[in-house]
Amino acid sequence: MSTHPSPAAAPTPGEQADAAVAAILASALHGGERGTVVDSPPGAGKSTLVVRAARELVATGERLMIVAQTNSQVDDLVDRLAQADAGLAVGRLHGSDALPSEIATRHAGVVASTKAADLRELPVVVATAAKWQWVRDTDPWHHAIVDEAYQMRSDALLAVARLFERALFVGDPGQLDPFSIVGTDDWAGLHHDPSQSAVVTLLAHNPGIVPHRLPVSWRLPASAAPLISDAFYPFTPFRAGTESGDRLLGLGPATPPPPAGLAPGLARAADEVLDVAAESGWGLLELPARLTVRTDPEAVAAVAAVVARLLARGGEARSERGTAPVDAERIAVGTAHRDQAAAVRAALAALGVTGVTVDTANRLQGREYDVTVVLHPLSGRPDATAFHLETGRLCVLASRHRHACVVVTRAGIPELLDAHPATEPVQLGVVSKFPDGWEANHAVLEHLRRHRVPVG
Amino acid sequence: MNHSTHPRVDQPLTPLEARLAALRGDAAARSMDARALAALAANPGCDRRAVLDAAGVDKASLAARLGSPAAFGQSPFAITRGLVFERRLRADRCAELVALLRSELLPEASAQTPVEVPDLLPSEGPAVRAARTRVALSEAAAAASAGRAWTLLDRPLLRLDVAGSSVSLEPDAIVVGPDGRWTVVEIKSFPILDGSADPTKVGAAARQAAVYVLALRATASALDAAAPSAVRPAGASGAGKPGSPYVEPEGLAGAVRTTGLLVCPRDFSNVAVAAPLDLRKQLAVTRRQLVRMTRIETLLAALPETARLDEAPEAVDALAHAYTPDCLAACELSFHCRTQARAAGAVETLGRGVRGELGSLTTVEAALAATGEGEALARAARLREEALAR
Amino acid sequence: MSLLTTLARLEAVRAGVAQPLATVRHRHVSERPFALVPLAAAGETGAPLAMLLGSDREHPRLLTVPQPLDRDLRFAFLARLGDELLPYLESFGGDVELLERNVKDPESGEKTVEVRELCADAPQLIVPNPGGVELLGLFGRSTRFRRTAEDPDPGPYPAPARVPLLGRWLTHLSERANVPGSSMLLPLTSTLARHWATGQSSLEDAHLGALLAWIAPPEGSRGEQAASRAENGRDERGQLLVPPAGPATDPDFDSLLLAPAVTRYDAARSAQDEPLTRARAEEIEALLRSVLLPVWHQVWQGIDLLRELPPAAHVVERWEGDRWSYTGHRDRVAAGEPPQPLHDDAVTAARKLAQREREQVRVDLEEALDDPLAMAEHRLAGQAFAGEVVEVQPDYDTSGRSPKPRPLVTVRTEDRPHLDPGGEVHRAGGPSTQRAELAWLDAEAGLLTLRLLSGMGRKKEPEPGSVPEQGEQVCFTLFELSARQSAPLPDPEDTPWTHGGPPQ
Repeated sequence: MSTHPSPAAAPTPGEQADAAVAAILASALHGGERGTVVDSPPGAGKSTLVVRAARELVATGERLMIVAQTNSQVDDLVDRLAQADAGLAVGRLHGSDALPSEIATRHAGVVASTKAADLRELPVVVATAAKWQWVRDTDPWHHAIVDEAYQMRSDALLAVARLFERALFVGDPGQLDPFSIVGTDDWAGLHHDPSQSAVVTLLAHNPGIVPHRLPVSWRLPASAAPLISDAFYPFTPFRAGTESGDRLLGLGPATPPPPAGLAPGLARAADEVLDVAAESGWGLLELPARLTVRTDPEAVAAVAAVVARLLARGGEARSERGTAPVDAERIAVGTAHRDQAAAVRAALAALGVTGVTVDTANRLQGREYDVTVVLHPLSGRPDATAFHLETGRLCVLASRHRHACVVVTRAGIPELLDAHPATEPVQLGVVSKFPDGWEANHAVLEHLRRHRVPVG
Repeated sequence: MNHSTHPRVDQPLTPLEARLAALRGDAAARSMDARALAALAANPGCDRRAVLDAAGVDKASLAARLGSPAAFGQSPFAITRGLVFERRLRADRCAELVALLRSELLPEASAQTPVEVPDLLPSEGPAVRAARTRVALSEAAAAASAGRAWTLLDRPLLRLDVAGSSVSLEPDAIVVGPDGRWTVVEIKSFPILDGSADPTKVGAAARQAAVYVLALRATASALDAAAPSAVRPAGASGAGKPGSPYVEPEGLAGAVRTTGLLVCPRDFSNVAVAAPLDLRKQLAVTRRQLVRMTRIETLLAALPETARLDEAPEAVDALAHAYTPDCLAACELSFHCRTQARAAGAVETLGRGVRGELGSLTTVEAALAATGEGEALARAARLREEALAR
Repeated sequence: MSLLTTLARLEAVRAGVAQPLATVRHRHVSERPFALVPLAAAGETGAPLAMLLGSDREHPRLLTVPQPLDRDLRFAFLARLGDELLPYLESFGGDVELLERNVKDPESGEKTVEVRELCADAPQLIVPNPGGVELLGLFGRSTRFRRTAEDPDPGPYPAPARVPLLGRWLTHLSERANVPGSSMLLPLTSTLARHWATGQSSLEDAHLGALLAWIAPPEGSRGEQAASRAENGRDERGQLLVPPAGPATDPDFDSLLLAPAVTRYDAARSAQDEPLTRARAEEIEALLRSVLLPVWHQVWQGIDLLRELPPAAHVVERWEGDRWSYTGHRDRVAAGEPPQPLHDDAVTAARKLAQREREQVRVDLEEALDDPLAMAEHRLAGQAFAGEVVEVQPDYDTSGRSPKPRPLVTVRTEDRPHLDPGGEVHRAGGPSTQRAELAWLDAEAGLLTLRLLSGMGRKKEPEPGSVPEQGEQVCFTLFELSARQSAPLPDPEDTPWTHGGPPQ
């Protein structure tokens, strides 16, 4: 990465990103506002930023607390901090029923405890928002970093904000919003609506805070960044950090015979869509239109077939990081519902495939793989619902990959979308979340159609 | 009520218009009013509704003639109250509305700028009114760029192509500000209580206003083509990338603001209050919906050439319906379609969401048969039986 | 909607009558409920037109506003509503039980015993539908800030003395109605719809007449016909055979009957003919009574239907929450606290949301524990399983100082829980809370072997009865069976900068 911007030429992605990070750190350390907000599109180096900001804040001699949203995010962060600086003592505060993962505790500098008092003198303490809420009788930390801040609810921030004086909020506004299991209309339109994202509340109450933006996605390849940026970040565009030739997905020949249990026609289509995806970064495997239940056996089988063929053919991912085999660890399957994920896992197990991550959009947030296979949330459905059209869901599913993404679906989704009622309620005074899910679904499908492989 | 008659003198009917006029028979054509727009939003995939609205058929009287009258009457008390509210706003050449709009839309610097409220010939036919609105808009744009005045267009009439057929639209008001920006104003009789209002109604108002913005953009583009204006009004920003559904158009069409203004009674009173409506999402959605709509000619193929709904209302049954219970709140023909859907045993009659549960089982009979053997439904039946047996 | 509900609706279509969605009653029904059937004046926000009300089903009281645009008449209505309702509400305030609890002084750390009052029972208001709840809330909003003649500065339009107090109670009750599982202000349609599935959609179930037509169709009639008649049937005057349950009136009633009557009333009034004005007002009363009385009977029919169901085990415990809520408001009124503000501050909003979420989790759990039909939803979703114990093997954890019981229990089930070995489950309906983990499974044979981890006492051998026996029916859930405590929030005066600081 170059750190010397040349005034004559347009800045390189690296220069753009460096400038953004420098401005963020300056604001977090010395800015006039107590809060700094950073919007980070998928794979824009949010984790790297958090680690770097943590180290710089610690270097000022002040103690730092870090708030993340889930235990696995906390463990990940602790691991990254310890890897970046083996000499740094990191406190891992956890609940008595949620023991920290080995990936966090394996480091010598990491101290785990259920009590904040045991850790308060350490330079960095990391915990979930849910755990921080219970910490009391302590002087506030000078600095805090709030990670995945767009997935944190305003009421959770209300419960932890007493613990710090200044804070850096980092998150991806395009992912799934926090939600409530009860109605929240009573507070719609209020600045402090407890059910909305913490960042929305913070910005409404602190109009002086202007969000910073990480402008470059290092994860998404050049084939994906423009589509994801246009469809999901229309007002805050970003670019890919790599050029179209920088990432190559090499697949072995489609010669090894498909295993028993995999229909030859399906295997052929799976091979073909993998070739298309290796070439273009996207693939759409389309089954004939049909109304199905959520766990459509044919669609599930098609997802499993794509994964099985990819592994059987032995992919190789070449990128700016070097060359590595695309093994099971580097592949993920994304679904909308848990029962779909369970069905895909069962189908993969039946084909003898293990080690591939299969999860819902919610759980894939923040994750990164070389190749993803997505069961389209609307596949086979007679109608769409607000859940299936939620912008963040499609955005998460379509932006986890470094090389290629294959979407498996039944035909007929554009028509289904056309028949979908546009009756979304509107609350006065609520800043609407962009873009619209219906529109984004259409836009993504329109793009995917160019990479379509029909089955049967 | 927005009854109006298409002019038959000043321009010949296209074959499609002629076919739709014949279908309507002697009945007067209706504008695409708020209810028709709401029905469109509630069920864009319904062929029956699409054709009836394109032809300007009065669905309420059609439903009555079919023996399934709609339950969409309005209480005289509510009508009176709404009229009183609107009349107050519009009295004295819209004095109260002008005052409200001045304080909501105009910068303080323009406090002295005079307002024009041109006569838009409200008692003329739609073609005349549409032409008059176009002229008034063009004059307003000129007045604004010369810094002479800002303009309030009271009840203009716009035309918009919907699925290949031109429909009339009647926004409550359009403001052309001293900055040259155009704003759609929606007057509604539901209250804004302590700063918030019924989200369903606000949503409907926003979608309605978005249709007006699109119609206004179309009108502006036509004005541009007639007299290309070199000036792009100040303030119009090309947010988003070209090709993005959120990008604002070039030329005069870019003068139309994507924020509308909702005017409602405040709290428990009759005093008007305004609230901004961000229409960007509704615009993106409506624009794509309009582009993707099945053309009316295609839908008309299901009907015999000679069909006249005023004489033989049951001809409407040749058009496919897409009934769901949500129609009951939006479409005058819903009871008629419900009877047909129930007779066919369609599972949609139990709710939109039911279809998602049942997948390929589209009738009640088929679904009940599936409880005997098979997957989820059979397991559900077993569990239900077990629980009820206790 | 879940697949089980859909199935029940399909069965209702086939049977021509609503089918049970619950085997027990999940809401409290008071011995002395107070029913209210309110009508709103069309076009006016929160303006009353009429109400039939009372706790005596044989002798309902009728309140009307002959000219809804008249502010004085509206306040007269609300004052009379207060006269009818406040004595009922206040009648529960006197009978209290005294509860003791230990509290620690936060400053000194000293432990003391605090005695608190809890009202022995609480009022229960029943309205036809959620629209009725909303209208009562609007009455509360429009009256709780009113000044009265007793205020130092009564303003130009002082309200009758007890009207603001009524507003505060209505505000409290309509807020409480938003708490899941509460029963202090019950909308009948949604309560009935929780317990019965009709052969129509949930949107159509919002019509009380149509809903009852499905649950209890008249002799010889099927639900669909009866519901259709309730929705649309009109007499020779064009009036609905079954008047709507409010708060909106039928537009045809307004235009053909009510509007002319109001016009006649206005004429008599402007002629200052008092006897005629009174006669005209009585005409309006008769009209409104004629459309309210059928709904009144429907409301009590609905209450009867609910009472026929046996109460669920947790209903009494949840009703205690309503009693606390009532007691708290009684105390705030007595302490002379000001009316509820227009908007919640940040902390209050977060507290309320936390309470509602906690109560939602709680009511879902309790309904599942109380009602096999509710548990069936979780079993079908793979979040619970039930079956017979086929084998029990004693086993012990000997890793610690003293061995602990860790028996292995094998359950045969037809359910298919989304559970992998090592996954944790919780025993439903056992003698105490009990955790277990899946040791291994034979999915083909439907056999799950669980290792019990807790709930067996402190000794080496499990307490008698704490381990299920061979042949016993058991049920386990993948989710915890108690709602989590909500995290503490700051006091409103300590609202942090992220949320705008303390409220002004």
